[in-house]
Amino acid sequence: MFARQLLILCSLTGVFGTAWADAAADRGLDIAQEADRRDTGYQNFKAELTMLLRNKHGKESLRNMRTRSLEVEDDGDKTMIIFDQPRDVKGTALLTFSHKTEADDQWLYLPALKRVKRISSRNKSGPFMGSEFAYEDLASQEVEKYTYRYVKDDILNGQAMFVIERDPVDENSGYKRQLVWIDQAEYRPIRIEYYDRKNSLLKTLGFTGYIQYLDRYWRAREMYMQNHQTGKSTLLTWENYQFRVDLKDSDFTNNSLKRAK
Amino acid sequence: MISDRSFIALLLMLCLPAGAAADWRGEIALEMRGFTQSPLDPAQHDSNLSLSGEVEYYNSWDDGRQSFTIKPFGRLDQRDYKRTHVDLREAVWMFNDDGLEVRVGVDKVFWGVTEVYHLVDIINQTDGVENRDGEQKLGQPMFKASLERDWGVLDLFLMPYFRERTFPSAEGRPRSQPRVAAELAEYENSQEEYHPDVALRWSKTLADWDLGLAHFRGTGREPSYSLGLDGDGLPVLIPRYEIINQSSIDLQGAVGGWLWKFEGIHRKGQGASFYAATGGFEYTFYGIADSSSDIGVLTELMWDERGQSATTPFDRDVFVGLRWVANDVDGTELLTGIVSDWDNGTRFFNLEASRRLGNDWKLGLQARLWDNVDDGDALFGLRNDDYVEFKITRYF
Repeated sequence: MFARQLLILCSLTGVFGTAWADAAADRGLDIAQEADRRDTGYQNFKAELTMLLRNKHGKESLRNMRTRSLEVEDDGDKTMIIFDQPRDVKGTALLTFSHKTEADDQWLYLPALKRVKRISSRNKSGPFMGSEFAYEDLASQEVEKYTYRYVKDDILNGQAMFVIERDPVDENSGYKRQLVWIDQAEYRPIRIEYYDRKNSLLKTLGFTGYIQYLDRYWRAREMYMQNHQTGKSTLLTWENYQFRVDLKDSDFTNNSLKRAK
Repeated sequence: MISDRSFIALLLMLCLPAGAAADWRGEIALEMRGFTQSPLDPAQHDSNLSLSGEVEYYNSWDDGRQSFTIKPFGRLDQRDYKRTHVDLREAVWMFNDDGLEVRVGVDKVFWGVTEVYHLVDIINQTDGVENRDGEQKLGQPMFKASLERDWGVLDLFLMPYFRERTFPSAEGRPRSQPRVAAELAEYENSQEEYHPDVALRWSKTLADWDLGLAHFRGTGREPSYSLGLDGDGLPVLIPRYEIINQSSIDLQGAVGGWLWKFEGIHRKGQGASFYAATGGFEYTFYGIADSSSDIGVLTELMWDERGQSATTPFDRDVFVGLRWVANDVDGTELLTGIVSDWDNGTRFFNLEASRRLGNDWKLGLQARLWDNVDDGDALFGLRNDDYVEFKITRYF
């Protein structure tokens, strides 16, 4: 008798549990899709980036680069990053064709040899230029790259937030999961917590100084990444954003890599 | 000849519209080499100091559609008067608009995908006094037109002037035994260095693969050699430049953590026509032992139909190597490996490492050893030239 009750109870929680999980997944995906919808249609942009790397002893080092990005319909963005500092890599350029589901295509241009090398885009979790940002943190954030779960509502600095969990689909990702705080008013990411493959908190990324471009697209001026396991941090500052400039497909090719200065 | 051209380029530069996107960079490097064995030729030395510098000035205007780049290079060498040299690496005007690109002037172009032996790379002559890896090139005067469309990229090169390969003097080290007498160079064609050379290349990205097909007709960059005597009656190798036709293919692909590389040529006009190929893979293990380091394993095969009579040492060889990339703030990297000839057992060991020192400095280490060198191998003259090189570079 008691065993039968327990069995019913178990199956009931099972049913409700699944339904609950489905609802949370749907709501998480809805939020991610709405954030993506609001950020679609910018066409292209140029910007300048500065990275300030700091180790746990406070020693600093600087990276300067320029980026240009082209929105591609029904696929991931095309992005080119040109390095200015440190000086030994000046003129080095990285071209990425990101894709929604398949692996990204990546080429690296080495100016000393005038050589374009195809590189493996499997290196998602590796540090970008020795910083606390991994390649995947800076890659174009396609909805399809994660599965989602709504966690809770929260208040951060007086602003109402959605907190969603997203799990990378790609097995080569360095993360088991990420917790993302998205503000309810504008659907902008405000904070991301990155959990490593062992599910320990690895890094926290904070977005500040949001500016709206073309009356629609929000971009954070500062992105501050704190690594909790090593004590290192990187402050990424975006400057001179220019939207809808004269950028075409032909500005994202092998020849254009060699022209990048 | 070259200094005249640099002067003209300098004048051109000064006449360019000011206020456009101008930029410059430069570097100065001090290189120290120590040799571990006695030299085969008493004219050679056990150590060497060398200072080199390079400046690049770049100016673009017309919304980036046009630009001008000038890049002179110079070296002062303690022992080798031929290694003390200047070269205009680049002095080129460029125009590009919507997939059409035109370049006129002195420029550098690289073709190829492999790590050890750059088989298909033919546009620029090797600056043979710089480093035996063949990656330092002399500026090539050219007209280049390039069209980029859905069907791929088509490049046309017209090269009105040929640059002879540079070779170390009697005091230079490492070098062949006997030395190559660049001053006695011979040509098959009576126009000599003024023979007009042409090249055509088509390339396209096909999903995970990049494919290139090319044809070159003109003075071969790689000379053949014959024994002779120099002005002092000493034995030397005399380089001879033939008119060749060379077709080539290069292919690189990224599949998962694998990089696949292949280069192949067919050359006609330098003795009997022949095929040569090189290719292999690089597989990378990312984030070794929970660190941010990557380790890559590389293997490449080199084959030349001519065997030991080839003009290169890479006739029947295999390369096995390791690449370690620390992914740290200082950009620490190491590449090491062995090339062995599976026919005669000759081995060549190579190590290259580098790291940044702050924002503007870089340290480099290189070690090269030749072991078990067969007397029929093209590397035979280098058998006592094992060396360690330390280099410090300041960037501006």
